Amino acid sequence: MKDKLLVLLLLLGSQLATAQDLLITNATLHTQGKNGVIENTDVLIKSGRIARIAPRIATNKMIRVINAEGHHVTPALFAGLTVSGLSEVEAVRESVDSSYSELYTDLMHPEFDVRVAYNPHSSVIPITRVEGFGYTLLTATRGDRSLTGQGGLVRFDGGYDSFEGGPVVYVQTSGRSANKVGGSRVAHWMLLQQAFAEADGDQDADLLSVRGIEALNAAREDGIFVFAADRAADIMRVLAFIEEHKLEGVIHGGREAWMVAGALAEAEVPVILNALDNLPADFDSLGARLDNAATLHEAGVTVIFSSGETHNARKVRQVAGNAAANGMPHSAALAAISTVPARVFGGEERDITKGSRADLVIWSGDPLEVTSIAEQVIMGGIPDSMISRQTLLRDRYLPENPTLPRAYIQP
Amino acid sequence: MHRLFVALVTGWTLAANADPFPSTYQPLPSSATLITNATILTGDGQRLDEAQLYIEDGKISSIGAPEAPAEDMTIIDAGGGWVTPGIIDVHSHLGVYPSPGVSAHSDGNEATAPVTAEVWAEHSVWPQDPGFSRALAGGVTTMQILPGSANLFGGRSVTLKNVPATSYQAMKFPEAPYGLKMACGENPKRVYGGRKQAPSTRMGNVAAYRASWIRAQRYIQDWEQYEQKMAKQRAKGDEDESSSLAAALIKPPKRDLELETLAGVLRGEIIVHMHCYRADEMLTILDMAEEFGYQLGTFHHGVEAYKIADELAANNVCGALWADWWGFKMEAYDGIQENIALVDRPDNGCAIVHSDSDEGIQRLNQEAAKAMSRGQAAGLAIPPERAIRWITSNAAKSLGIESHTGTLAPGMMADVVIWNQNPFSVYAKAQQVFIDGALVYDRNNPALQPMSDFELGQLRGAGR
Repeated sequence: MKDKLLVLLLLLGSQLATAQDLLITNATLHTQGKNGVIENTDVLIKSGRIARIAPRIATNKMIRVINAEGHHVTPALFAGLTVSGLSEVEAVRESVDSSYSELYTDLMHPEFDVRVAYNPHSSVIPITRVEGFGYTLLTATRGDRSLTGQGGLVRFDGGYDSFEGGPVVYVQTSGRSANKVGGSRVAHWMLLQQAFAEADGDQDADLLSVRGIEALNAAREDGIFVFAADRAADIMRVLAFIEEHKLEGVIHGGREAWMVAGALAEAEVPVILNALDNLPADFDSLGARLDNAATLHEAGVTVIFSSGETHNARKVRQVAGNAAANGMPHSAALAAISTVPARVFGGEERDITKGSRADLVIWSGDPLEVTSIAEQVIMGGIPDSMISRQTLLRDRYLPENPTLPRAYIQP
Repeated sequence: MHRLFVALVTGWTLAANADPFPSTYQPLPSSATLITNATILTGDGQRLDEAQLYIEDGKISSIGAPEAPAEDMTIIDAGGGWVTPGIIDVHSHLGVYPSPGVSAHSDGNEATAPVTAEVWAEHSVWPQDPGFSRALAGGVTTMQILPGSANLFGGRSVTLKNVPATSYQAMKFPEAPYGLKMACGENPKRVYGGRKQAPSTRMGNVAAYRASWIRAQRYIQDWEQYEQKMAKQRAKGDEDESSSLAAALIKPPKRDLELETLAGVLRGEIIVHMHCYRADEMLTILDMAEEFGYQLGTFHHGVEAYKIADELAANNVCGALWADWWGFKMEAYDGIQENIALVDRPDNGCAIVHSDSDEGIQRLNQEAAKAMSRGQAAGLAIPPERAIRWITSNAAKSLGIESHTGTLAPGMMADVVIWNQNPFSVYAKAQQVFIDGALVYDRNNPALQPMSDFELGQLRGAGR
């Protein structure tokens, strides 16, 4: 696999290059910008950013060169809404830091910010990164309150504080989540209206702490509210709430979003969805169907994909592929897991143009195809080792009939 | 008629009907069909380009043009598409955990005791699960429906043909053996340990399996002794009448549904499907199977199966695995994407791609594609004609139906999928699906796209 890509260190001058200087040659470049897909092009990266895109770029100094051999190059992908770095093993409770419940305060806590627990050394992160993923949206997952907390974008570059964009506050409105707040989605709306009134200073604070009011108002200034809603009727209710409180809002789930595509487009509210959802999983999603993403896109709604998984977050590429297989244009499906999420959540621009961060992936084939593999991930101009705990396990068990126990094989 | 016959044959041994919920499956109407202009993956390792397949009387008649085609033969030009056997999922909970997944529908785990070998998954199957038609659109023609994994012995599985029906009996795969679902590891010990009852540890799990097998051995002995006594008295009864009366007074052992199922395993009539993740636990289970003298069928999930691929092959045990799931619990921590390819590597390796998911079952071809591509990247030679075995013939072997379906060979059930292209792709779609020669799904014909009662009439008036 590795030897397919020619990684060369060319000594063309006496000047030492910085670690981030890199030339990718002969790429099929999915810029995700106004230049679309450029064939047979080179990409020069300096100081971790795209410096130049042109055919046959000549360099006159020592620079690392990766020959992409005509393969597809895309921005490093978006892993969806995950708890990467917040969860080592899903069922091992003490290793999970993404939600709160049964908290003694009895309040809603929009200030519950999962980013303070983020661990860039989690094995989940390289396992996800080597599959071509460069960033995710950290999520405060469902607990027992209507406001489940806040998170934000984070880059998979190993930094402790590689966060981007403003706060993202998570709001529950669905029937399924209502069990914990009195048994009805009516309770969600009742409590949310009260909490926002408290944040407005119209009411004494009963549902929010002082910090909670600050956090909620900060998010209203420069943050995004992500509302979990599947049912068309609930989505309409969210749109009204967003309008009433002048929020930047996003729908998450959206299994029946296609039914209200026009209203979503008009309100300019994006939808985060899983394009594989086509079953009536509950009474909130009787209208789930495979062409949800295609229909929304056609109506002019901004679509983002998320698989709902953290450990297997890499599946979101298959999600996008299936959306493309069910009527969504390929470039839009790719954008929904590359540039669009960053744009919606206030991260850095991720289209491949001069000045953009050099977070890139070289693929063995069509980036949305299940048989394609990320051959080389580049983060901030630095080629990734492409090693994860899983590649090491593979390399330990790949040799046949070792003479010593495999514990001695340390690849 | 059928019931009576079964009762006569087995009546003396267990004084019970061995098939009390018999299959009433009847193939849907079919005509002789010739599929032309296709790349055919036969399911047993062969690939035939620009080939033809002829179906007659619900069976595969020939690969290639028929010698004596039927007069009213239907000809389908596959247009360069690909043809495979019908896809088989050996691990599904459709019907027992149906959509919508409301608690009233939660019928997959009889999680009230760790040993519930007496329950049968078929008695929980809701044939109106919309998941069946979605799976059909993904080319799935046969599924094993399993109880969940809360229990050490979860109960009997049932193998179904994926045809729309009002009863599971009308879906039941004729002559398919029963399976027994068993579970290792975290699930049983979590469910029961959490209630401060046994088992709460892995050693508790194994002790409870063994205690159950010992009871099953005793049960078999009791019945054998009873039969011997009866035979003796009957032999005497030929000579005098009082012995004949004495025979009538010999009390048979009390029937026990749990032990009947376990005895079925020990007699080799029921196949064990064992949910097990860790390599060390799987090796314990292999020893236990040897201790009690039964052949283990398939390890399900087996995220560490790659660590013992040689042992699995040597013991003739299949591994039904996911392409990429990992990390959702501790025993799934060492999952790798090469698992399936590595289990497939040894001679006699029996790798299977399973779903355990109402989403995954709809695209087992994509799951297999991911596993194939990972194997290839690791340097293993896995062409499509080899990888297709993971969701066809190997799966059929796991369910004990390999002489009926899973390969395209003359005489086999005509369970066939026509794909618009190489099925190992995210863009591949099952265009037409045949079960026993009947066209049961056609992507281009809404009249041949079944819909469950549950979905009928929902969301009327909603639209774009």
